[in-house]
Amino acid sequence: MTTTIDTLAPVSAPRPARRGHGWRSARSAIGTIPFFGYVAVFLIIPTAIVVIGAFRAPGGAFSWVNILALGDSTVIDAFVASVVLSAVTAAIGAVFGGLLAYVLVTGRPGSISRRIVTAVCSVLAQFGGVMLAFAFIATLGSAGMISNLLRDWLGVETTGAYLYTVPGLILVYTYFQIPLMVIVFLPAVDGIRAQWREATETLGGSTWVYWRRVAGPLLAPAFLGSLLLLFANAFSAYATAAALVTQSTPIVPLKISGAITNEVNVGHADLAKSLALGMVIIVAIVMWLYALLQKRTAKWLG
Amino acid sequence: MRVHRMRTAALAGIAALSMVVAACGSSGGTGTPSQSSSESSSSQSSQSSSSQQSSSSSGSGGSGSSADAKTATSASDFGGMDGLVAAAKKEGQLNVIALPPDWANYGAIIKAFSAKYGITVNSQNPNGSSAQEIEAAKTNAGTNTAPDVFDLGPAVALASTDMFAPYKVQAWADIPDANKEASGLWFNDYTGVMSVGYNKTKFGEITSLNDLLGAKFKGTFALNGNPTQAGAAFSGFVMVALANGGSPDNLQPGIDFFKKAKDAGTFIPIDPTPATIASGQTGVVIDWSYNQLSAAQQLKKQGVDWAMYVPDNAAVGSYYVQAINKGAPHPAAARLWEEFLYTPEAQNLYMAGGAQPVEFEAMKKAGTLDATAEASLPKTSSPIIQLTDAQQKAASTFLNSNWSKIAG
Repeated sequence: MTTTIDTLAPVSAPRPARRGHGWRSARSAIGTIPFFGYVAVFLIIPTAIVVIGAFRAPGGAFSWVNILALGDSTVIDAFVASVVLSAVTAAIGAVFGGLLAYVLVTGRPGSISRRIVTAVCSVLAQFGGVMLAFAFIATLGSAGMISNLLRDWLGVETTGAYLYTVPGLILVYTYFQIPLMVIVFLPAVDGIRAQWREATETLGGSTWVYWRRVAGPLLAPAFLGSLLLLFANAFSAYATAAALVTQSTPIVPLKISGAITNEVNVGHADLAKSLALGMVIIVAIVMWLYALLQKRTAKWLG
Repeated sequence: MRVHRMRTAALAGIAALSMVVAACGSSGGTGTPSQSSSESSSSQSSQSSSSQQSSSSSGSGGSGSSADAKTATSASDFGGMDGLVAAAKKEGQLNVIALPPDWANYGAIIKAFSAKYGITVNSQNPNGSSAQEIEAAKTNAGTNTAPDVFDLGPAVALASTDMFAPYKVQAWADIPDANKEASGLWFNDYTGVMSVGYNKTKFGEITSLNDLLGAKFKGTFALNGNPTQAGAAFSGFVMVALANGGSPDNLQPGIDFFKKAKDAGTFIPIDPTPATIASGQTGVVIDWSYNQLSAAQQLKKQGVDWAMYVPDNAAVGSYYVQAINKGAPHPAAARLWEEFLYTPEAQNLYMAGGAQPVEFEAMKKAGTLDATAEASLPKTSSPIIQLTDAQQKAASTFLNSNWSKIAG
């Protein structure tokens, strides 16, 4: 059991006491400049532009116009669709990816099948955008391979029209969500020792007790973290959706690009910023929920 | 050991992703890549044209005539067409922008102008957008490389009238009143006609939009773009609404029709491209007549007859707008270019490219329409309908809240 306790030690070890102040700590802070510079350029400044822009009228004066536009029913629909799309694909990815990771770990260590599956997953987890959209169109679109086979062999006509809507996006996103889950969750499952199960059984615990009291709590933080990663991954994905869904803007990233490039209804570019602000807020809420859960599981473990 | 290391890795990933979310939103504040490419292409042409410019300006002597040319509002200010031609020839150059050679036959029109007057035409950023034309005029203002003339979409044109110099071409009376600004700030040049292009070889003749609800069109009927976003798709939607008994102020019949086509499984929410047309994936496409014409020319090689159908009382158009840049570096050549565009010669060239020229009715009366070029236009039974600015705004609001039911 001592091993277990070591494993679960808090992430932040007690810091060594500060030796010396002044220039010495200033000098060591120099090393962080690239990091903070990077964060400023790619996170803080863009976020500031988005937040400030969301509260400005076209002339530059303070205005609630763009924020109030978020209450429009089509915008709310887009946020609902985005959250549902991200939550569903994250859940599907987490469950199936988690199971696959567990299956891989229970196999013979270093087996060829494990190496193949992890290699394939590392590739597929990054396989998105136009390529992925095209792969699905070429397979399931109206002139796709599967559609043609169905037509020629079974006489079943499919147009594949669902592919270009939100349900289609769920299918397509799942394609990279499951491998991503395997990649990020595998190390956690690897950390499970067969001896712990043996110990549980020795002490008279059933399989249920093992999962409920030992493996479950151990894996929960990593599982939730991965789930959140998958959610954010789907929530912010743009290229895949843009390549597939061209005739409407059902999800928020597409609405943002639509607000910028619209040539029928010109002059709504600032709506893009309030939409982006909405996305930042939703991710913040999800991360807050995650922190709550994390706290709970920590208590659970304690 | 790996468990907690994993936890921190996941958190780092989340932090990275929230950056992505934020950065994705910020793209609204920055320029598009295509804008920067337009800058680089115009700076290239600035080198070539400035060297040509120096040689031609040395021959022109004084700049007195060009100062007059800047404020000339018709050819009579030059003492007639001969005076205008002489002044333009002295300038020797013309900068045009965003005129793709295969778009409404602009390649042939530029060639004809150049050959007729011996004026070098510098074509900048041929695939640029209307907004980029205005942008180029602002950034290059006062230089030799600023565009002399514009060819703009109506929304951008109406928002940029302070950039235009008023001018009335000799054929001013042949342009219908609805197609010009009374003082000559801008005037329409040509329009596409919204039409249903289809593979006649495979599907036979289409005589009504209701044909498109039939089973043989399953999964093959497409609209060129998202009508809440793209001008062509918007006009296509209006055409469908009018053909089904709607009016510019009542577009509900358009939604009803697309709903029926969606339920019948014939309408498919994909963006038709030359590739999907060539592969047969989109066998029926609603798009501008000039785009249909180029599809037809491509498909002819495959032995496919790509035909055009325009429903009765639903010939929807959207005229492009000609205007002269107020700060045109070659003011006389700019005015000569406009004069040339409104001759039967250039108007017939537009028509040969599948676009309907603005002087169509006047030329019909005068008997100056070129019969071969006229055959490039889709057959229409009614005059061209164009939405007013107010109707367009109302229609886009209507579509915004209703189109998602079709392609959501």
